Amino acid sequence: MKILVCLKQTFDTEAKIVLDENGKIERQGVSLIMNPYDEFAVEEALRLKENQGEGEVTVISVGGQQTQDALRQALAMGADKAVLVDPGDVELDEYSTATILAKVISGMEYDIILGGFRAIDDGSAQVAGRVAEILNIPVVNMITKLEVADGKAVATREIEGGSEVVEVPLPAVLTAQKGLNEPRYPSMKGIMKAKKKPMQKMTLADVGLEEGQIAPKVKAISFSLPEPRKAGKIIPGEPAEAARELARLLREEAKVV
Amino acid sequence: MAHWLFQEEHEMLRKSVRSWVEKEIKPYVEQWEEQGEFPRQLFKRAGELGFLGLTYPEEYGGSGEDYLAGAVFFEELARCGSAGVAAGLGASMAIAAPQIYKFGSEELKQRFLVPTITGEKIGALGITEPNAGSDVASIATTARDDGDCYVVNGSKMFITNGVRADYVVTAVKTDPAAGHKGISLLVIEKGTPGFGVAKKLEKLGWNASDTGELYFEDCRVPKANLVGQENAGFYYIMKNFAWERLVMALQAVAASQLALEEAIKYAQQRVQFGKPLSKFQVTRHKLADMASLIETARSLTYYALSLFVAGEDADTAVAMAKIYACETANKVTDEAVQIHGGYGYMMEYPVQRYWRDARIGTIGGGTTEIMKEIIVKKMIK
Ligand SMILES: Cc1cc2nc3c(=O)[nH]c(=O)nc-3n(C[C@H](O)[C@H](O)[C@H](O)COP(=O)(O)OP(=O)(O)OC[C@H]3O[C@@H](n4cnc5c(N)ncnc54)[C@H](O)[C@@H]3O)c2cc1C
Repeated sequence: MKILVCLKQTFDTEAKIVLDENGKIERQGVSLIMNPYDEFAVEEALRLKENQGEGEVTVISVGGQQTQDALRQALAMGADKAVLVDPGDVELDEYSTATILAKVISGMEYDIILGGFRAIDDGSAQVAGRVAEILNIPVVNMITKLEVADGKAVATREIEGGSEVVEVPLPAVLTAQKGLNEPRYPSMKGIMKAKKKPMQKMTLADVGLEEGQIAPKVKAISFSLPEPRKAGKIIPGEPAEAARELARLLREEAKVV
Repeated sequence: MAHWLFQEEHEMLRKSVRSWVEKEIKPYVEQWEEQGEFPRQLFKRAGELGFLGLTYPEEYGGSGEDYLAGAVFFEELARCGSAGVAAGLGASMAIAAPQIYKFGSEELKQRFLVPTITGEKIGALGITEPNAGSDVASIATTARDDGDCYVVNGSKMFITNGVRADYVVTAVKTDPAAGHKGISLLVIEKGTPGFGVAKKLEKLGWNASDTGELYFEDCRVPKANLVGQENAGFYYIMKNFAWERLVMALQAVAASQLALEEAIKYAQQRVQFGKPLSKFQVTRHKLADMASLIETARSLTYYALSLFVAGEDADTAVAMAKIYACETANKVTDEAVQIHGGYGYMMEYPVQRYWRDARIGTIGGGTTEIMKEIIVKKMIK
């Protein structure tokens, strides 16, 4: 069974986001991680392979050279091969990324494609669905359970107020939601093995695309940071009096009661 | 930027240990401190993840004898904020088991080293006695030769993991007249008749780890449990001290860093005289001093570690690093408490624990005074 996992490198969840003088998000000095939802996808791929007793897990990413860190983490967890497409210094949107991924994937063998349902940075939750659309295969989003047998996938997915069990023929794209599994920690043995695993690096030209074909359809006009949290207020005085003052402030100032 | 001493694989390992500590240790630390020990299961989990085998070769279930990987493990473990957790795991993996790995027979390695690496067995090293601390050569526990056994009599004090260890690598006198040349190491298993725990000791810090007082009364230990050669124990003990002391220095640096981070956070939140403490020059300079001390301690410790992994004579550098890092931890955690004011004295805030936990650093594994003896002995022959 050939399993592909699309993954993205994102800012660390703890990273403090600041804007540079051009109003763009400052990337310098920020520590980068594998998108946590993609980590669930990698873990699920490895479990799938282990349960089937055979198979191959290939992880694919679109990004700069530093993205190798995220791919290597997946290899250290146990994935077999990695593919990095470095499109160079170009603006990308979900359309561009999905176009690149689908193009690479269409030249590969696959039974199932996994990914996180969204990336924690831009959070648009579009890429996996677009890849499925371009490849003309089914997509199931936000899965919390997966079983694969006889050329079919049975997945449980989250829906408003409950869950739904769906069946799709393979190949298909499935995206991971929190709860699907607990990703493993790469062990030292896994880390050392990962050093010897293949990491294929490709340019846009290697993939067979030109810059014009991946020109973004969406343009970010501006970024802004949320309002900083205001300092708290301490109401002094006797308890009964302070409580009265608190109620007044909640009604008149905060307007929440 | 990662320090030059570490390779890419070490930084990847760091991430693994960090997320493990974050998810599976940090949330439970308060509870374990209160219970006076962390669950036995944690040894198994650390074993399953390969952490207890980082400094041992694959043939015994390890991932290669990589002391830089071991260093990363202990640095990250310290970030859980309870030094007792690291003390317990460390006493088994980095203090007791190395004696068996380096000097023990193949049989002892199979019986004790392999299950220590998987986390199924907990080890302890028993040297200190009620009347013998810094003066290791003066231990009074004896092992009398009796055919295929030794008969052990005596007691051991302050033994980390002592209460629940499955085996204790015990320093005994096999030739009481010969001073330090009459010491041997015996592996004594839990359940051996005549071996027992006199008491679980109450401590100022390291509260998530158990510390025991042990006794031996006509305890018969098979000769197969002798580590290496008879009467070579003193030399074996001294041999592994470098690693044990490096681990202590690394953890002292990491714990100081944690205390500094906590102090910075608090100084930015606490408002007095109309502004956060972090705006007062006195506090700012204090934080700068703490950070500089930590950086110096880290550099010295990494220097000692680099000599150790290169296989060079590291004894002087290790002794200096242990002194400097552990004294730094005392100072920095003390200042962190000071910056917290009265809240720093309250059990609700973690700094009080950092301060209590740090205090053992200049005492355990050889006191600061003894470290100075080591340094000066090399300078004045
Ligand atoms: C929490 C904890 C865990 C421990 N775990 C273990 C363990 O797992 N296994 C184990 O074997 N031991 C363990 N120890 C014991 C530890 O190694 C000893 O406490 C330490 O070596 C000091 O010995 P002592 O306590 O007898 O102090 P002493 O040796 O009595 O020293 C008291 C003071 O006198 C000073 N002093 C002694 N001799 C000299 C000298 N020649 N010149 C100048 N000053 C001197 C010392 O520096 C110290 O300040 C542990 C101790 C503690 C507190």
